[in-house]
Amino acid sequence: MSPEVSAWLASAVADAESRGLPELKPLLETLSRSLQALRDADREFRHPATLNDDDDAAR
Amino acid sequence: MTMTTRPASLSAAADAIARRELSPVELTRDCLDRIDAGNGALRAFITVTADRALAEATRAEADIAAGRYRGPLHGIPVSVKDLVDVAGTPTTSGSNVPPRNPDHDAPVVANLKRAGAIIVGKTNLHEFAFGTTADETAFGAVRNPHDRSRSAGGSSAGAAVALVEGMCYGSVGTDTGGSIRIPAAACGVTGLKPTLGEISAEDVVPLSTTLDHVGPLALNVRDAGMLYHAMLDGDARADRVPDAAEGPLWIGVLEEYFLEKLDEGTRATFEAARARLIDGGHSLSRVAVAHAERTADVYLHIVLPEASWYHAPLLERHAASYSPGVRLRLEMGRYVLAEDYVRALHGRAALRRAVDKALEGLDALLLPALPIGAPTLGAGTVAIEGREEPVRSMMLRLTQLFNITGHPAIALPCGKGPDGLPRAIQLVGHRGGTERLLAVAATVERQLAVAAAVERQMIGGPGSVGGGAG
Repeated sequence: MSPEVSAWLASAVADAESRGLPELKPLLETLSRSLQALRDADREFRHPATLNDDDDAAR
Repeated sequence: MTMTTRPASLSAAADAIARRELSPVELTRDCLDRIDAGNGALRAFITVTADRALAEATRAEADIAAGRYRGPLHGIPVSVKDLVDVAGTPTTSGSNVPPRNPDHDAPVVANLKRAGAIIVGKTNLHEFAFGTTADETAFGAVRNPHDRSRSAGGSSAGAAVALVEGMCYGSVGTDTGGSIRIPAAACGVTGLKPTLGEISAEDVVPLSTTLDHVGPLALNVRDAGMLYHAMLDGDARADRVPDAAEGPLWIGVLEEYFLEKLDEGTRATFEAARARLIDGGHSLSRVAVAHAERTADVYLHIVLPEASWYHAPLLERHAASYSPGVRLRLEMGRYVLAEDYVRALHGRAALRRAVDKALEGLDALLLPALPIGAPTLGAGTVAIEGREEPVRSMMLRLTQLFNITGHPAIALPCGKGPDGLPRAIQLVGHRGGTERLLAVAATVERQLAVAAAVERQMIGGPGSVGGGAG
């Protein structure tokens, strides 16, 4: 899991616990895996800011 | 006009009413008797509007006798999912959260009434349509008529059960990730999700404002077509229902991803249906939808925040009134970042283009509607080829893509599995092509029925399907 998604998960779990909803943790963990997959698909979905990534890598 | 034989379909009832051989009052009374007899066990209805239905049926009968016949929906008993406003009845959404008390009908209900339909009641559902098993509802789990220990699917579960049990001749459902097609498949009836936005979702409690669809559940494709037209604009003339499509159909079978996780009964019935269509002279080719494996990730990051938007004020005031599971899913949506919602919308556009591309040169796409038979009520997982899979993701796996993309899709029964539970195929049409999809579905329905009849004669068994899937 990327640092960004890990940070999102930690923040969401902490907030849920502070709101008295600790049972949200396993759902948020599942959602974090889906979030990672969605973010990983940026290039596949041709996110406009990723279209030059191949060129950048070649330079 | 006394009812001697119960019509087998809406179309048959409409023909009999038009010929004045069938009384709308008798037909409505028969449906109400069936609700009275079966609802305690099956929990299909939340509210039954018996007195009002009989009054409307009496008026319909008088109008028809006076020559004011409005078309094939005139005098036909219909149910409405209790997520849709009907004036003078609470809209409970299957919840203990305080209901809406509408003083006017949702446009889709007003259209049905203009076509002459008789509303017999409001059907049970998965609470706020946020689930596919209809066991999280304040009005008792909806039970599958084929096996009462099983779910009837969801969320429009009561709508499907009401049809199977003859409690009505047509049902209004809603479909955000499959909620018309899933219960139709689980209960063995027909469910149509039209093109996104075609039928008004105004005055319908939203789950996800950009994914919600309104459509009919029916006993066959022709009935679904009549209901579709009535729901669209209040005009249910029989001549608006498309005839079966002529000539061989060009159908793309979705294999990769879509056929990877199927239980034994679904695989057997699906392959039998595919073989029957080939035997009928239709052209079936393999096609793929790019990015299909991303479907659930895109769906989740749209449905969760959109559902949370509607429910946030209610959660603040009535959190304890929700079913625990529904409440948690709604709370989860509050943690989706705006950036990721927009990311999912971007993925949605890519998936829409991918389905458009898969449909190029074809009449329709073909896949199962549900990868499994109706699950046991309360089960969290289901075994598929030796692996335990989450029920919720399996139920949505084959339907939610077309909510994302907005393409019309219809679920049709195609036999039963070895567990005795119904299985269904799904046909997907071009965006804006719901009429054409209905014509294609009518052809497929006829082909499957003819082939099944021939097989019954040849093997002497009742409704057997290849591979002993019976």
